[in-house]
Amino acid sequence: MVPTFITRRRVAALTVAFALVAAACGGDDDDPVATGQPEAATEEEATSECFSDPGLEPIDISDVDLASLAGTTLKMVAYDSFFVSDGIFDSFEAETGITVEILTSADTGTMVSEAVLTVGDPVADVMWGIDNTFLCRGLENDIFTPYESALLDTVDDELKLDEYLRVTPVDFSDLCINYWTDALDGPPPESIADLAEEQYASTFVTENPETSAPGMGFLLSTIAEFGEGGWQDYWTQLADNGVAVTPGWSEAYYGEFIAGGGDRAIVMSYASSPVAELLFADPPVDVPPTEALLDSCFRSIEFAGVLAGTDHPEASALLIDFLLSPTFQEDIPLNMFIFPANSEAQLPPEFVEWAPLTTSPFTLAPDVIEANRDAWTEEWTEIVLR
Amino acid sequence: MTATAERRRPAPNRALTLLVVAVAAFAVVFYLWPVTALLWRGRSWASITDVLGDGTTWRILWFTTWQAIVSTVVTVVFALPIAFAIARRRFRGRALLRAFVTVPFVLPTVVVATAFLTLADRLRLDEDPVRLPGTAWAIVLAHVFFNVAIVTRSVGGYWSQLDGRPEDAARTLGAGPLRTFWSITLPRLRPALLSSGAIVFLFCFTSFGVILILGGLRRVTIETEIWRYATQRTDFETAATLGLIQLAVVLVSLVVNSRIQERLALVERTRATAEVEAENAHRGRGAVVVGAGLALVVIGLPMAVLVEGSLATGDGYGFGFYRALGEQDQRIPLLPVSGWRALWNSLSWATIAAGIATVVGTVAGVAATSPRRGMARLTDIVFLLPLGTSAVIVGFGMLIALDDPPLDFRTRWWIVPIAQAVIGIPFVMRSVSTSLRSIDPRLREAAATLGAAPTKVWREIDLPIASRAMVVGAAFAFAVSIGEFGATAFLARPQRPTVPTAIFRLLGRPGDLAFGQAMALSVILMVITASAVLVIERFRGVVAGEL
Repeated sequence: MVPTFITRRRVAALTVAFALVAAACGGDDDDPVATGQPEAATEEEATSECFSDPGLEPIDISDVDLASLAGTTLKMVAYDSFFVSDGIFDSFEAETGITVEILTSADTGTMVSEAVLTVGDPVADVMWGIDNTFLCRGLENDIFTPYESALLDTVDDELKLDEYLRVTPVDFSDLCINYWTDALDGPPPESIADLAEEQYASTFVTENPETSAPGMGFLLSTIAEFGEGGWQDYWTQLADNGVAVTPGWSEAYYGEFIAGGGDRAIVMSYASSPVAELLFADPPVDVPPTEALLDSCFRSIEFAGVLAGTDHPEASALLIDFLLSPTFQEDIPLNMFIFPANSEAQLPPEFVEWAPLTTSPFTLAPDVIEANRDAWTEEWTEIVLR
Repeated sequence: MTATAERRRPAPNRALTLLVVAVAAFAVVFYLWPVTALLWRGRSWASITDVLGDGTTWRILWFTTWQAIVSTVVTVVFALPIAFAIARRRFRGRALLRAFVTVPFVLPTVVVATAFLTLADRLRLDEDPVRLPGTAWAIVLAHVFFNVAIVTRSVGGYWSQLDGRPEDAARTLGAGPLRTFWSITLPRLRPALLSSGAIVFLFCFTSFGVILILGGLRRVTIETEIWRYATQRTDFETAATLGLIQLAVVLVSLVVNSRIQERLALVERTRATAEVEAENAHRGRGAVVVGAGLALVVIGLPMAVLVEGSLATGDGYGFGFYRALGEQDQRIPLLPVSGWRALWNSLSWATIAAGIATVVGTVAGVAATSPRRGMARLTDIVFLLPLGTSAVIVGFGMLIALDDPPLDFRTRWWIVPIAQAVIGIPFVMRSVSTSLRSIDPRLREAAATLGAAPTKVWREIDLPIASRAMVVGAAFAFAVSIGEFGATAFLARPQRPTVPTAIFRLLGRPGDLAFGQAMALSVILMVITASAVLVIERFRGVVAGEL
């Protein structure tokens, strides 16, 4: 997904304890470790209340006559970089008689804000794409109605963040450092710490976390890696080392990075970017010109949910099921360059070969992100602009 | 003088009153009510005192106003020679030049910013000692690029109908060309300058993409702050407070502008363009060269970068990216529909929006020159306000204001062209009202004395003069909507992607093909826009019967 614009708040910086979750994925090991590490001194614990019991009844479709839902028209709101194949909803419409209309908002932050503004009187029935960095904003404002999809069993537990089932994980992706392999003078960086080394002076471009999802992902990675008290020093070193910061992904990738004629060899992008470089190369190539640094990735998880106040809760629940079905899930990768949440969905061969997933992504708990993102970006701005 | 002149104009008839009421209802439903709803929703004394008591707010307001004023002044200075070339001289390629200056207007900001950054790199303006990107001057330059067309075309249109004899007299009496321009022409152009200058000011005051992309991290304006608080922080109170500040500044500047406009309304002896051109055939060759040259540098260079990018395929230069736009790879869709389909969508939407804007804008333009002072001023200000209002405020406002029957409009497909028309209306209105004000009332009196009915007077005298202005305005309304100004704040239907959304999608994806096709689509957008403007201008002859 695309140059998405994200966040910050002018609130005083709060020191916090946070949980660093090194989640495993792809099923190659079964010990996702959630290590709550109380870092630094906590003056005031800042976490969001979003994961407390909302006391809502989940939508129950077991007793519903599904034929009675035929003829319903559902609206699904999504971020503006939501793309699926033409006719992907045809089989759903044929099977259920429910028509699906897609409405796109702007970036994820705007979409969530619009949902909060219209809570109880939503513009659509279902939302696609609220991510783990905005999840608690949505949950705190009660924009969703819970529903437990039968297909939830196909989803890895690491992706399920709300035990009250208000949202259903539908996809995930890794936000990673990418480098242009030919353009580096020496060996590629092996960790995000390496980027502060003299060797990579003025070769790295990232995005403003206030206005870009990958930019936010990288900031969160550094906070997860260096801790609440350590990331500031790292960023000071990065700034001294000549890091470039652009407002959005496009400006970084096509403006500063080698790909669009810029002169920087390292860029903050997606784990799947090399696949796109391969598929959309001109002239065609056998090997992508770029690689993702797997030890630098922030795990982004996206969810779908039924919007509270919908007139069609049961039909919406059926749509959630469809969104999680292999038919829809297998359509996702080549359209949006993100990974299906349904572990039974087949990945395109290019993804298997050129977009390996990291086994140790950086993640932070959504309630911690919600409570601190504004203070963090505020602090970040001070450091980088200093 | 003006007052007496206006008092003698034929009284507005009933049809006009009805039209004005309809237009007023339009303004209320699609602008005033949504904005009020959002400001009311976010109302908070605490927030107001907080924001007003914070020195940062005033710094941001100062920068916002400063960059808007500087951008407007620089735009006007750049635009005048180009306007002269377009207005006063007949030369080969003039219509093309006129269409050409409109083109930047429709380009997505991301595309322009990419072109600017590439250009800065090529011209070595991004390294010491210059370092243009990230400075306030980069913002000003981009604003000039985008807005030069507004001044060029509306001043040019006005200028082309001005009688050249006062200048002749000055020259005969011994004044040099510069002196003549300074003390005779410039004052005569003031109504058009003020009129278009106000629009440029509003555009720069609420500019969003340019500030965000070219201004670097430190530059924020009221507009970008409203966007940040409303969309990224979900803080509607701060956003509404900032929206109020924005509205207050814009209102004050519009009231001042409107007063000056009225005071300056000069009665000009307007004449057929052809006559004026014939007289000017021998004059100001130098200025034409300067004008066309400026246009080429300011507007042409960044465009040339885009053209080059669209042709630079992996193995040399060619039309590969253009061909690819028509191809639809089934398995790996780079675009949901072919680029040509997106183009068709864009054109049809823009036609709808421009149609609405032209009709509503013309009525508003007539109302804005009505002898009823209060109504005239109110119309002018109400329809200019949207240009100075954050798109986020209007868009979010519509979500909470237009949600119940009979106004359940917020998810209707036509809300986007309507929103674009709202931005296009002021162009038509200002352009029409400026030229209507310049009509010598004696013309109308003479016609009335000779027995012409008021409608006939309007058809024979006002309409031919206003038609040029309508066309200038319509061309802008078209450009505004094809460029999708502020439409991101509204809910879109991805099933009908337009060119800007297709470009946005392409630029959001890695790979040479994606980038190259984005450049190719941008170039096509430029060519189509220029052609559309040429076609729209042809209509002028039809409307005015002066082919």
